[in-house]
Amino acid sequence: MSANGIGASVRRKEDHRFITGKGSYTDDINREGQTHAYFLRSPHAHALIKRLDVAAARQAPGVVGIFTGDDLAADKVGGLICGWMIHNKDGSPMSAGAHPALAQGKVRYVGDHVAVIIAETYSQAKDAADLVEVDYDVLPACVDLASADSPGQPQIHDNAANNTVYNFHLGDKAATDAAFARAAHVTKLDLVNNRLVPNAMEPRAAIGDYNSGEDAFTLYTTSQNPHVARLILSAFIGLAPEHKLRVIAPDVGGGFGSKIFVYAEETVCVWAAKKVGRPVKWVADRTEEFLCVAHGRDHVTHAEMAMDEKGRILGLRVHTKANLGAYLSTFSSAVPTYLYAPLLSGQYDIPAIYAEVDALYTNTSPVDAYRGAGRPEATFVVERLVEVASRQLGQDPAQFRMRNFVKSWPHQTPVIMMYDAGDYAGTMRKALELADYKNFGKRKRESARKGMLRGIGFSAYIEACGIAPSAAVGSLGAGVGLWESAEVRVNPTGNVEVLTGSHSHGQGHETTFAQLVAGRLGIPIEQVSIVHGDTDKVQFGMGTYGSRSGAVGMSAIVKALDKIEAKAKKVAAFALEASEADIEFKDGRFSVAGTDKSLAFGEVALQAYIAHKFTGAQLEPGLKEGAFYDPTNFTFPAGVHICEVEIDTDTGVTQIAKWTAVDDFGTIINPMIVEGQVHGGIAQGIGQALIENAIYDKEGQLVTASFMDYGMPRAHDLPHLELGFNTTPAPSNPLGIKGCGEAGAIAAPPAVINAITDALGHEEIAMPATPQAVWKAMQKSAMKIAAE
Amino acid sequence: MPKISMTVNSKQVSATVEGRTLLVQLLRDTLRLTGTHVGCDTSQCGACVVHVDGEAVKSCTCLAASCEGAHVTTIEGLAQGGTLHPMQEAFREHHGLQCGYCTPGMIMAAVDLVNRKGFDLDEQLIRSELEGNICRCTGYHNIVKAIAAGAANMSAQPVARAAE
Repeated sequence: MSANGIGASVRRKEDHRFITGKGSYTDDINREGQTHAYFLRSPHAHALIKRLDVAAARQAPGVVGIFTGDDLAADKVGGLICGWMIHNKDGSPMSAGAHPALAQGKVRYVGDHVAVIIAETYSQAKDAADLVEVDYDVLPACVDLASADSPGQPQIHDNAANNTVYNFHLGDKAATDAAFARAAHVTKLDLVNNRLVPNAMEPRAAIGDYNSGEDAFTLYTTSQNPHVARLILSAFIGLAPEHKLRVIAPDVGGGFGSKIFVYAEETVCVWAAKKVGRPVKWVADRTEEFLCVAHGRDHVTHAEMAMDEKGRILGLRVHTKANLGAYLSTFSSAVPTYLYAPLLSGQYDIPAIYAEVDALYTNTSPVDAYRGAGRPEATFVVERLVEVASRQLGQDPAQFRMRNFVKSWPHQTPVIMMYDAGDYAGTMRKALELADYKNFGKRKRESARKGMLRGIGFSAYIEACGIAPSAAVGSLGAGVGLWESAEVRVNPTGNVEVLTGSHSHGQGHETTFAQLVAGRLGIPIEQVSIVHGDTDKVQFGMGTYGSRSGAVGMSAIVKALDKIEAKAKKVAAFALEASEADIEFKDGRFSVAGTDKSLAFGEVALQAYIAHKFTGAQLEPGLKEGAFYDPTNFTFPAGVHICEVEIDTDTGVTQIAKWTAVDDFGTIINPMIVEGQVHGGIAQGIGQALIENAIYDKEGQLVTASFMDYGMPRAHDLPHLELGFNTTPAPSNPLGIKGCGEAGAIAAPPAVINAITDALGHEEIAMPATPQAVWKAMQKSAMKIAAE
Repeated sequence: MPKISMTVNSKQVSATVEGRTLLVQLLRDTLRLTGTHVGCDTSQCGACVVHVDGEAVKSCTCLAASCEGAHVTTIEGLAQGGTLHPMQEAFREHHGLQCGYCTPGMIMAAVDLVNRKGFDLDEQLIRSELEGNICRCTGYHNIVKAIAAGAANMSAQPVARAAE
């Protein structure tokens, strides 16, 4: 391993600008003559707009333009789209309601976009919004997920009967029913996966800029995937042809999925920039972010697991209702279907699985992918079932899991996935040792002496990353391929620019990708720059989400580097007057085998550009290669997280006393960065389990719409984290990377709840397990404690 | 509109702004010091922390006019003569940042924490003192490590302290 190559904890190249205040986030960018947009939003969850009068507001100081849904319709601006077609059980397509960027006659959630006011300053735009007159005919709201498809509920979209987007299923119903028929024991659970708000620290923002001389637009935006945004804004919403729309996603302050999607605000900013003839900037305040960013999770599930008399799992049956909110966000339909049901086998060898998912509209913010996206929901179902089953059977939860783990690879699950590599039992053994599991009983007794309840909980998660083989996702309804692109540009002086379709918004690509390139080419890491986030620079890319940037994005770079090396060998052969077959490349030098003749990488780069040693007929000058990489399989990161909690019996406060994680991410490029990803994921998972909850009241008002009301984890809510790794390389990509970005958020919630229920002695607690909820649950345990 | 004057990062500045202008708006919009960020609208997240007369202040909750005559230090003014402040160095060394958005406020709050509590900070104290700064990326694990290390390094480098 070189000092800066694969496997080294290289300090991040991007950090200098962030720690000195020189980052360039969207709101840090100011365009000459820019105006400021404020969106007038619906205060009602469900209402008809009877009258919308902007005349008075138009006269307000500083107002440059006011636009409504009628103006967008007049310009034939298309609605926002959902890019993944899901089919019902009967094969018919899902029912997607129209999703205009500005409301057309009806609003469907609090925060829905009614009008945009554009003014010289943000304050003037906001002041003018007060003068817009809107008469609403308020309709009853449908907010409760569990009953959203019941007869008599308010109808949110005319074309989605019973507020149902689709009734999806996956797996073999008959085989699963047969497994349950012969089961010796069945464990049943009703589970709620609570709704979360992603809350990247940088609120969403956009600047639309129109150049009338070129008839071309530029959009600066907080995006995880600028090319996908451009494609959607061009091909579906119809704002401009792709070659006349540049999308720049500069420094982006966190995403966690929420910045994958194309929202109303950036759509309107681009369109309005031409209408007003000046750049239009919009920056969400935190309340708008709470109201209008795509939320995550929000499932209610009934799940059953069948076992034989020895505790071998025979089958799994799951029925989930998934809340998709008031409109279908960009990839929302895929999350509770193909990112969820295929993960229901967990790490286990389960012969039969059948899952049904009803996706429903409600009068709430759209719901889409949030860190883990479907996989945390699946893991919560599987790992709660497994834990409870082991308790009901009186078996040790770790041993119960190990007995049922997949033990050989490749392993075909009954729900699409082909697990290709892993060592689940080895990971569990390592986790048990790191967690000092054998002495848990002693620690529990010590806690009891202090009057505290102690519990331990496991989570043996699996996820499908490396998203994704394009043909496979195409057959499942995806509207795009999910490959990645890379271009390696070697300059005449030997330094290198790598253009990637991945996008970094905290993941450290500028460092890890540079490690790969520097190690491969044998050049100092300082001579490598990673370029991303600009559609005018990078030809195309699918962006960063689903823990895909290492497995897919870096694999594309490997392919491009292969071509660079091949071309450079040809150049070196001419320069060294040798046969190409005799050229060897090692440690940054091209040498002629069996001689002392050699050239450094930089010298060969110069030869490629000056082209003095070969003719145009023999070889093209230059040294620049591109590649597209389409994965051949998903990757399957997996691991075991063990949580130990201590509960204060007087207050119900849960402290996480000990956290142990052993993960298998395949090859690790930069351990420091990977550990950071795990820390952040666990924090979000613990947040979901203990604190976070997006709550709408019966009228559809979001009552947790600020950091004062929504439980954002603070430093004192989180524990010290003990991490370990057990690596089996992914066989499906050249680097063996599986991905690490989402693991913690997937693993953590069931680990926490399993620990709390272990401490309580019963299963009746839902997320988030706030002190109040735990205290109430403890009252059920009181008899048991007294008896002890 | 009131005209206000103050010292920002050792430079004398003055501006004519609306009375409702917040300190963070003056810094970001008028002075183009965009290292100070806005992450919320309820004074909770701490992305906007700067030092006013040597103390950490949430610049989103402070009228610019109330800082008349004050000495303000932002993240851009923390490094001295091209040398990073030990707390900046510690955040990089210990991977105390990911997306970087909360980082300027974190670093400014951390320097203030050392100024108030000294150089020897234990994990529990750091965690409880970070109540007013939210990070969504790191799980705080490495921020806590960075602050402890940065505090220790500040004690070894009195020059960095004098800069405050």
